[in-house]
Amino acid sequence: MTARLLEVADLSILYDGRPVVQDVSFAIAPGEVLALVGESGSGKTTTAMAVLGLLPPNGRIARGAVRLDGTDIARWPERRLAALRGARLSLIPQDPVTSLNPVRSVGAQVAEVLRIHGERDGPGLRARVLELLERVGLEPAALRAGQYPHELSGGMRQRVLIAIAVALRPALIVADEPTSALDVTVQRRILDLLDELRRQDGTAVLLVTHDLGVAADRADRIVVLRDGRIQEAGPVRQVLAAPRSAYARQLLRDAPSLTTHRHRPAASGGDLAVQVRGLVQDFPGRDGAPFRAVDGVGFAVRQGTTHALVGESGSGKTTTARCVAGFLRPTAGEVLVGDTDVTALRGEALRHFRRQVQLVYQNPYASLDPRQTVARIVEEPLLNFEPVAKAERLRRVAAMTERVGLPGELLARHPRALSGGQRQRVAIARALILQPRVLVLDEAVSALDVTVQAQILALLEELQRGLGLTYLFVSHDLAVVRLIADTVTVMLAGRVEEAGPVEQVFQAPRSDYARELIEAIPGRAAPQTLESVP
Amino acid sequence: MGRYLAQRVGQALLVLAATFTLAFLLLQALPGDAVLIKFLELGLTPEQLADIRIAYGADAPLWQQYLHAMGAFLTGNFGYSIRAGVPVTQLLAENLPSTLLLSALAFAAASLLALVLALLATLGGQGWVRALVRSVPSLFIAIPVFWLGIMLIQVFSFQLGWISIISPEPWEELILPVATIAVPISAPLAQVLIRNIDAVLAEPFVTVARAKGASHAWVLRWHVARNALLPVLTMAGVLFGELLGGAVVTEAVFGLNGLGGLTQQAVANQDVAVLQAIVVISAAAFVAINLLVDLLYPVLDPRLARGRRTA
Repeated sequence: MTARLLEVADLSILYDGRPVVQDVSFAIAPGEVLALVGESGSGKTTTAMAVLGLLPPNGRIARGAVRLDGTDIARWPERRLAALRGARLSLIPQDPVTSLNPVRSVGAQVAEVLRIHGERDGPGLRARVLELLERVGLEPAALRAGQYPHELSGGMRQRVLIAIAVALRPALIVADEPTSALDVTVQRRILDLLDELRRQDGTAVLLVTHDLGVAADRADRIVVLRDGRIQEAGPVRQVLAAPRSAYARQLLRDAPSLTTHRHRPAASGGDLAVQVRGLVQDFPGRDGAPFRAVDGVGFAVRQGTTHALVGESGSGKTTTARCVAGFLRPTAGEVLVGDTDVTALRGEALRHFRRQVQLVYQNPYASLDPRQTVARIVEEPLLNFEPVAKAERLRRVAAMTERVGLPGELLARHPRALSGGQRQRVAIARALILQPRVLVLDEAVSALDVTVQAQILALLEELQRGLGLTYLFVSHDLAVVRLIADTVTVMLAGRVEEAGPVEQVFQAPRSDYARELIEAIPGRAAPQTLESVP
Repeated sequence: MGRYLAQRVGQALLVLAATFTLAFLLLQALPGDAVLIKFLELGLTPEQLADIRIAYGADAPLWQQYLHAMGAFLTGNFGYSIRAGVPVTQLLAENLPSTLLLSALAFAAASLLALVLALLATLGGQGWVRALVRSVPSLFIAIPVFWLGIMLIQVFSFQLGWISIISPEPWEELILPVATIAVPISAPLAQVLIRNIDAVLAEPFVTVARAKGASHAWVLRWHVARNALLPVLTMAGVLFGELLGGAVVTEAVFGLNGLGGLTQQAVANQDVAVLQAIVVISAAAFVAINLLVDLLYPVLDPRLARGRRTA
C-alpha cells in the first residue's frame, strides 16, 4: 500500500483508567473500505470514535497516533478537530431513530453541516440540501426536507444521515454499525447506496460491524478485534478463507450468514402440536377504521420441531405469535395447541393454558426483573401454578438452571451481574420450569453476539431433542432461521408470502419477496471455501 | 384540532365550576360568620344581627344563595366585603396588580436562577464545580419561605444595611420579596433542567451534531436548548401554585399590600365573599396557565403537532 489516508498506530485508549483498546494499528488508503469487526466490548466503536476525536468524557487516548494524511490529530484541541469533522471526516451512526434531533426538520439537519462549515443561509443552501436528499433517494426532496424525523421510517432516516455524512465529500466516512437497527432488505439497500456514493466520490470508509457477512460483502480489508486487541488483519478473502487466529475461526464458524452447517437434521416430528387456521387480528386504527395486522395466516407445527415465522418490522409475525401464546384474542380464526382451541379460553382456563405455551423475549435486559435474584426469577412460574413445597421448588430451580448451563453460584445474583447470554439462559430456564409443550421464541437470539448466539442456538437444539419441545421461532434473521428451523412461514404485511420446509424455501423460493429476503442476507460475497472451515 | 381545543376548554370550564361549588360549600360550612365577627364587638343584640344578615341576603336558603352568587360571578360581580364595606372588585383592583408584579418578577428571577444553575451544573468548568452546584437545588427546596424572608431582611437590611426596609424606593421594596419567592421556585426548575440537559447531551443526535463539526455553543443552541426546555413547560402549572402560595407568605413577612395580605385578613375575619373571589380567581389563573401549556406544546414539539403519525 502506497498512499495512506488514515493511519492508526499503536493506539491505546482508557475508560476511567481501564484499558479498552490496546496497541491497535491499521491503515486505510484513499477510497478503501476497512471493516473493524468484533463483538460487543471488543473496542471497535471506541477505536472508530477515537479517529473522530469523539470519545466519551471518561475516555482518553493513552498512547499512539491517529494520522490523517500524515499529521497526527490524536491530541489536537477540540476546535481544530471540529473543523475537520463533517468536512474531512464524517460519521454515519448506528441507530437512525435516535440520531436525528426530533424537534428539527430533516432539511434543517442536512443544512446544518453546510452552515457549520461556512455556507450562508439562502436559496443556494436550500438547493444543495434538496440535491443531497435526492442523491440519497429521498424524494420528493422538497417534501422530505420539511418533514420531521418521526415522520420517516428507519431506512429513510438512515438515508438522511448518509446525506449529512457525504454532504461535504469527506475523505473518510466512519460508519458505526450503520445498518444493525434495520430490516435485512432495507439494510441491503442502504449498504448499496453507501457503496455507490463512496465510489462516486472516492471516499474511504471505516466500517464498524459485528456482522462478518456485512464485512465480507462490503470491505476490502478486515481487522478483527477482541477485548481491545487485534486478533487478525488482512484482505477480506484471505481472512475469510484462511483465518490464522483461533478467534477469527470461531467467529466464522458461529456467523449464521457465513456457515452452511445446519445444527440439526430435518426432523420428521410427531403429531401436530400447533395449528393456526385463518388467523385475523385487527387493532383499532387512528381514523376509526381498524388496522389489520394479521390477515388470514395459517400454519401447522409438528411436535418436537421448530417452525419459524419470518418477516420484517410490521409483518405481523409477533402478533401471530402472541395469538398462539394466548395473549391476544384474535378477531377471527382458530389457534389449536394440542387439542385446545386457545381462542375459546377465558379466565382461569386461559391462565392454566399458559403452562403449556411459554415465551422467551428478545431483550434479555428488559425481560428480567432487575430486583429479583436469578433463583427467584426462575422460581416465580412455580409459585403461580403449583403448590410445591419450598425445598422441592428450589430443587427444581437448581436442576433447570443447571440444565440450561448456568453455574449454580449465579442463582443468588441479580440480572445486572449477568452477561447477555447468561440472561437469555435465565429466561429460557424460567420458560421451561413449568414443562411447557411449546416455546415461543420471539427474536430470542437477535440481541446476542454471534458466538453467544451460536451457544444459545445449540442449547435450544439440545433442549428440544431432550424434552421433545416444539418451538415457534419468530425472527427477522433468515440466516439464523436457516440454521434452526424445520419449517418456515414468510410473512409480509400481515399475510403469508411463502411457506414450506426450510431447505425448499431457501433453495427454491417461489415468491418474489422470499427471494428478495434471501438475497439480502449479507455474506453472499464470501468465498465458497468457507464451507471447509473446521 | 378544533375538537381537541373544544375538549380542553370544556374541561377547563368544568374544573372552574367545580372549584366554585366546592369553595362555596366549604366557606358556608364554616362555623360563625363575618357579620358576627364585625358587629359583635360593637355590642349589638342578636335581633339587630339578624336584621343585618337579612340585609346581606344571608337568610335565604343555601341553594338560592349559591345560584345567586354563581350568576353574579358570571357577570363579574363578586359581591361585597362585609369587613371593608366595599365591593370585592374594588379590593381586588387595589391588591391584584402589586401581587401580579411581584409574581411576574419572581417567576422571571426564578427562571434565570434555574438556568444559571443548570448551565453551571452541566457545563461549568471543573468536575467539583458541577458537583457542588448540583447540590444547591436540594438546599433551596429545603428552605421555608418565611424563614428565608426573615433571614434576608436580617442580613441585607439590618446587618449590611444595603436595602432599606423603612420607607424604601418602590423598586427597592421588591428586591428581597422577589428573591424570597424565587429561590424555592427555582429549585425544582433547576433540577428538571439539569436532568434534561444531561439526558439530551447523551443523545446520539448530539454525537451526530459534533461529528458535523459543531462547537459546544452550537450544540447547546441548536440541539440541547429546545429539547431540554420543552419538558419544563409542563411544570409551569404546578409552579404557578407555588408562586401564589409563596406570594401570600412573603407579603405577610414583608408587610406588603397585595392578594396575600387581603387573603390573610379575609381568613381572619371570615370575609366569605372575598375568599370566594380569591379562590375562584386563583383557580381561573391556574386553569388558564395549564390550558395554555397544553395548547402551546404541540406548536413547539412537532411530534405532537401532526398527531402520532409515524411513517
